[in-house]
Amino acid sequence: MKYMPLQASTFGEDWDLVWNFVLWSSIISCIILIGGMIYFIFRYQRKTDKDKTAYITHNTFAEFLWSFIPLVVFMGIAAWGWEVYKDMRTFPTDALEVNVTAQKWAWNMTYSNGRTLTGKLVVPVGKPVTILLTSKDVIHSFFIPSFRVKQDAVPGRRSKLWFQATREGNYHLFCTEYCGMNHSGMLGTVSVVAQADFDAFMAENPNAEVSPIELGKQLYQQQACIGCHTTDGKPLVGPSFQGIFGKSVKIKGGGTVTADENYIRESILNPAAKIVEGFPENQMPVYQGALNEDQITALIEFIKAQK
Amino acid sequence: MAHEHSTDYLHHGKGLWSWLTTLDHKRIGLMYMIAILTFFFFGGIFALLIRLELMHPGTQFMSPTVYNQVMTLHGTMMVFMVIIPGIPAFLGNFVLPIHLGAKDVAFPRLNLFSWYIFIAGALIAASAVVFGGVDTGWTFYTPYSIQTYKGTVFMVLGAFVMGFSSILTGLNFIVTVHKLRAPGMTMNRVPLFIWSIYSTAIIQVLATPVLAITLLLLVMERTLGIGFFDASLGGDPVLFQHFFWFYSHPAVYIMILPAMGIISELVVTFSRKVVFGYTAIAYSSIGIAAVSFLVWGHHMFVSGQSEFAGKIFSFITMLVGVPTAIKMFNWVSTMYKGSIRMDSPMLFAVGFMFLFAIGGVTGIFLATLSIDVHLHDTYFVVAHFHYVMVGGTLMALMGGIYYWFPKMFGKMFNETLARITFALIFLGFNITFFPQFIAGVQGMPRRYQDYIPEYEWLNRISTIGSWLIGAGFLLVLYVLIQGLRKGKPAGPNPWGAKTLEWTIPSPPPHENFTTTPVVSGGPYEYR
Ligand SMILES: [Cu+2]
Ligand SMILES: [Cu+2]
Repeated sequence: MKYMPLQASTFGEDWDLVWNFVLWSSIISCIILIGGMIYFIFRYQRKTDKDKTAYITHNTFAEFLWSFIPLVVFMGIAAWGWEVYKDMRTFPTDALEVNVTAQKWAWNMTYSNGRTLTGKLVVPVGKPVTILLTSKDVIHSFFIPSFRVKQDAVPGRRSKLWFQATREGNYHLFCTEYCGMNHSGMLGTVSVVAQADFDAFMAENPNAEVSPIELGKQLYQQQACIGCHTTDGKPLVGPSFQGIFGKSVKIKGGGTVTADENYIRESILNPAAKIVEGFPENQMPVYQGALNEDQITALIEFIKAQK
Repeated sequence: MAHEHSTDYLHHGKGLWSWLTTLDHKRIGLMYMIAILTFFFFGGIFALLIRLELMHPGTQFMSPTVYNQVMTLHGTMMVFMVIIPGIPAFLGNFVLPIHLGAKDVAFPRLNLFSWYIFIAGALIAASAVVFGGVDTGWTFYTPYSIQTYKGTVFMVLGAFVMGFSSILTGLNFIVTVHKLRAPGMTMNRVPLFIWSIYSTAIIQVLATPVLAITLLLLVMERTLGIGFFDASLGGDPVLFQHFFWFYSHPAVYIMILPAMGIISELVVTFSRKVVFGYTAIAYSSIGIAAVSFLVWGHHMFVSGQSEFAGKIFSFITMLVGVPTAIKMFNWVSTMYKGSIRMDSPMLFAVGFMFLFAIGGVTGIFLATLSIDVHLHDTYFVVAHFHYVMVGGTLMALMGGIYYWFPKMFGKMFNETLARITFALIFLGFNITFFPQFIAGVQGMPRRYQDYIPEYEWLNRISTIGSWLIGAGFLLVLYVLIQGLRKGKPAGPNPWGAKTLEWTIPSPPPHENFTTTPVVSGGPYEYR
């Protein structure tokens, strides 16, 4: 369809199918409703001000039909929409991960090797990519129209989205959550390139900074995490980092939690929130305010790397 | 001439002071009208400025800083000062007691007090412009609203104060409907306008306190630094969105239910026919009101809310479509085998159904999870809610104004000109907002002062349309003033309608009914 932005991700096709179904059922119901109304206007024009009209108070069957049929159609649409949405929210395990930090008014991308870019995201074609989002200041929203994906970047939280680009080229990246003065200037480009070009991109590293994992390792030592958390699986004062990421852990006071980015983040900033069963309370210092977003990201990447 | 107690309400007491201290629901209704039309005028000017700025990409005459403030003033004024109070406080006040066969609302003093609260709130909100400005959009999302200009506090306090006016008016109407119906007027015999105002009042009373608390928390966070919503203070910015939409989604129905009530009256009168499916229309209002409390999460599908919550909210939101569909089909069925006259109020009613149908089905697009991920916060949403709020509520308000104008002032307006206002507004509206659906589908985000060149042609069409709407409303103003000054006497029942307000003189006497009416049948007995 011409009026749609070019679809260039694996979601595009399913997405467009749901869209077309909703579009055409909407057009048909509007034609029935508005067409009927216009027909009646002409067919039953007033002749005199004393016209006798039919005394029809209701018709249970007809009313049942036009409540039941829409109900079924609406539920069907909701279910179909959910099916496609579920794919958008089921994250592949083999995806390339890129950390994206939003700030007023720029997008900062950080790759696993420490390479950083501002306003430009480079990804390989035909490979799943997971974007890990956060924000330094206010809420922003990461939107690539051609991929049909969007997710808010919320300060103090980690959110994510994934896509798999199907076509090489450059695509628009917009901020869709109002974020102040230069909201409409918070643009970016998503550059989809062949795998070979992507590998070359990753190899050249003009920043030559330390990678997040490397920085995380330094922080692990500097911030004295190492005193209580091992990386070889032995529990000390706190749980070992080895293999902890993505694991389901029991929480003191009942319940379990998956040790994902948000849980780790929370445990760094406010350790008392959810203590793992079997470990003492009030041992770990609160890091709220002591670490910046980049440092937290680096620590999380480091913990993730302890497989 | 007649005794003192049977002079019409416009001449019962003279001078400005008699208006400012009046306890008469009809006069209070007109006082709301004057306030609301004034705010509407300013909100409309802001809208025209916005469209002018967006006619081409780049900056025309408003820098981003100015644009963001104008956009915010347009949104907050239109929502909190025009559309929310528009129908209930203005037409509801004027019509509701007469529809019930009552002399006034249950608490006339409270009614006058509500008007003063509303004005006070509006003034506090407007003072935001002087005290540093506001640029948050009408949604006041945290943490941005905590960090930006100081004027935000005044705007938020203003909305807080106006909320009380809304709560008290709702309370007044609920009690009036329960206690002051004329003898013989059972709940199954009240006009459908009453059912819609009644459902609205329930939402006003139950939902508005949540907004009040939310806004108060926001003010406390800003002024005292208590961290409810700011992540750096240990709060949660998304929590604000939950609170805000818990009110603001039901508020959408505060805006649209009264409009639906007007449409029921208009379709019946101008078809000269008993309403089709009275019970279904009446109870669908209550149904919409009830479901409206359970769908707020559909504004937050990409906010980081859990997928499961998103799923539940998507399904429940779809349910709202059902009572809405019932109403639409029942109105069209009322026209079947009727005797239809397309006078200006009916033109607006038909315009309502046309635009509201489009507004309604595009709501289904947005309630569908996968589709919403793409459309959320784009111009598709902007177009959708303008089709509902302007194409719905404002069209109904215009129809209602033309319909009850002869009753309010005892005079007719120029019908030909009134039909031209419809043509201008209806055409202008579609030219303005339909292209915005396409811009949204193509990905243009909302609240953008500037945009990429691909979207220019759509924005240019949209801006041209806005001039037609502007011209239409200017002409409305002329039609009303001319009708007031030179209109021919209207007589008690110019439209051949059946509800009680048309059984008394135009304008109505101060006490509405010289003898209390006794009701023996339904509201629309065209036999
Ligand atoms: Cu933004
Ligand atoms: Cu909503």
